[in-house]
Amino acid sequence: MDTIQAILNSMLREAISPQTAAVAIAAIGLNVHFGFTGLLNIGQSGFMLLGAYGFAISIGHGLPLVVGVLLGFAAALVFALVLGAPTLKLRGDYLAIVTISAAEIIRYVGRSALLTDFTGAAQGLQGVSYRTPFTNLSFFGDGDTTLSPFNIYDIAGGAVWVRLVGWLLLAACVTGIVLVAKAGKGRPTKARRASRDADGLVTATPATERRADLGADARQVAVVSPPVRRTVIGVLVAVSVFLLFFLMPTSYQDTGVSGWWVRVIAWLLVAVCLLVVYLLVRSPWGRLLRGIREDEDAIRSLGKNVFAIKMQALIIGGLFGALGGMLYVLPASVQPDSMGRSLTFFCYTALLLGGAATIFGPALGAVIFYAARIMIKGVANAYIPDSIMNGQQTEQFSFIVVGVALMLIVIFRPQGILGNKRELRFNV
Amino acid sequence: MSESTVARSDLADPTARRALMSGVDATPGSAKPDPILVVDNIVRAFGGMTAVDVSHLEVQRGIITALIGPNGAGKTTFFNLITGFDRPTSAKNGAHWSFDGATLDKTSASSVAKAGMVRTFQLTKALSRMTVMDNMMLGAQGQAGENLLKCVFKPLWSGQERAIEEKAKDLLQRFKLLEKKDDYAGSLSGGQRKLLEMARALMSDPKMIMLDEPMAGVNPALTQSLLGHIQSLRDDGTTVLFVEHDMHVVRHISDWVAVMAEGRLVAEGPADTVMSDTAVIDAYLGAHHDTDLGDDALLSDEAMVEMQQEVKAEEAEREEEA
Repeated sequence: MDTIQAILNSMLREAISPQTAAVAIAAIGLNVHFGFTGLLNIGQSGFMLLGAYGFAISIGHGLPLVVGVLLGFAAALVFALVLGAPTLKLRGDYLAIVTISAAEIIRYVGRSALLTDFTGAAQGLQGVSYRTPFTNLSFFGDGDTTLSPFNIYDIAGGAVWVRLVGWLLLAACVTGIVLVAKAGKGRPTKARRASRDADGLVTATPATERRADLGADARQVAVVSPPVRRTVIGVLVAVSVFLLFFLMPTSYQDTGVSGWWVRVIAWLLVAVCLLVVYLLVRSPWGRLLRGIREDEDAIRSLGKNVFAIKMQALIIGGLFGALGGMLYVLPASVQPDSMGRSLTFFCYTALLLGGAATIFGPALGAVIFYAARIMIKGVANAYIPDSIMNGQQTEQFSFIVVGVALMLIVIFRPQGILGNKRELRFNV
Repeated sequence: MSESTVARSDLADPTARRALMSGVDATPGSAKPDPILVVDNIVRAFGGMTAVDVSHLEVQRGIITALIGPNGAGKTTFFNLITGFDRPTSAKNGAHWSFDGATLDKTSASSVAKAGMVRTFQLTKALSRMTVMDNMMLGAQGQAGENLLKCVFKPLWSGQERAIEEKAKDLLQRFKLLEKKDDYAGSLSGGQRKLLEMARALMSDPKMIMLDEPMAGVNPALTQSLLGHIQSLRDDGTTVLFVEHDMHVVRHISDWVAVMAEGRLVAEGPADTVMSDTAVIDAYLGAHHDTDLGDDALLSDEAMVEMQQEVKAEEAEREEEA
């Protein structure tokens, strides 16, 4: 039981870590590129690295925090303009080739010994050189805080039955969220079909059962209006989050190098980014993006400046990437080699897992991706003897499993967790 | 406004259209009384092959002009050139075309559409993973919400959005697609996609609409209603230029026909005149188009002799030319 609790704890810690939030923001940017506009950007880590360098170098040279952030954005903006100008008039594949090579160029330039004074070359920049202005902003004070203060250890000392009840409640909440969300889509869910069987109301052939369910579904949609549904989902999500922290009390410094301060700011930024993307894609501008994803020539024939729109999308996604990069290095250090191709692929995994062209997909995907990786690692560490797989190998094993999982997702659930399967049925 | 209504009442009447075009020479590149599109010296070569070589063409405003020609005659390439989807090889050697008085020599495809010349495609470009309604809404011009800076603030564009939606519903109603408005365009049939593409093009109130094979792959009943739509467009004052292979369609609705073969404009004129032109018939249908190739009578001795003589005569002619 303690081993399981330890694994679950480390999963939660990884899921809410600022670096997960950073990857979530980068994946949100990638979603603007790939999910909505259809731009195959395989160099998101280049945008992240540029944002991180712009931020860290300028603060390291004594500029204020705001200027550092703006310079990070400016670097990504210039990068997007330079990348986009020659390639956006060409077919999509060319952008993929150019972005992946440009991201590598950025990384190699960053680690070249000639720039040691600025980028610290392969050693990178230490966090202390640029972190202070950010931590000084904290009003959380010193000391430690445990979330949630009221947790399982307060009820019967964290006995097994308390935990089991808690986990069952959490599972019920998650199931509830899924069911309510699905009811909104107007499709009969398997769960409801099963419950009707149990009621004994419908005991006919599968065909009539399906018809009856469709009828029930139609009524359901009429009864539960979207605002009510949204409220219910909101409440359930809040309860689930509380239950998570109740079951796995987590303790960090209030400010510190990597404490609650940077976590709270990181996830607030994720929320802001999600809101911005939502505002962008619900507008006619967002409709244009999806139109360009479907067929550029058709949009051109309707009198829209496709090049300008694609450039705007590339820049906006790149700015999200830069913001993600700044957050990524905030609790750690700027290491060019840790922000290479693999980071881009983590972003893609998070995006595809959550669902491309959805609002919450990239954030949900990032959380699940990092938590799942830690789970695989933890389980392999705890239950596979060292003679078969030692600690270092479990780390690599976790990445292998994640890779296989990504393949399985793309094959069996290409729309991701939140995506709309109906959209994928019409592949051009 | 008054001017356009006059033009409308004028050109909705078949005799008026005939009277208008009766003064025009039925020769390739003839001058029109009020051309909306004028094309000069437009050449497009793919390597050694010249796909389009049109020295002069005028398209009359307010009528339906058909562009016909055998496969490979360069009709679609010509469309691509004048709508900005392709650049003529002769771009620097006197290629010049203007639409409604404005020169289009270097204009991009999107600006051409903004100027009021909207096209459709031979292979329909419905935006499959978007709803029919979204497809339609994309067609509207000058949307404030398509500006990146304004799009975040809904009040700035929601009013215009509602107006556009009403207009889209009207058009969908006309094209009998209204009940499909929330379906994905990818779920429509081929013919419905043609309708959707045409309706989408009309969202921008074009001055001239260019249809690339609007009837290809459409069943006869739908063809009828498509024809009706095209004619009502003309009656509303839109100029129509369309590419079509079905001669019945061309004869039925076009007021003027231009014929291309091997990249050149070979004939022009009213449908009846053009279709009895031997040059056109030879280019389009082949010299033996009246012969039933499955006819057993062809196997008789006289017929064989006759055909051999014909072949010899043609060979002699070719040698003379050489």
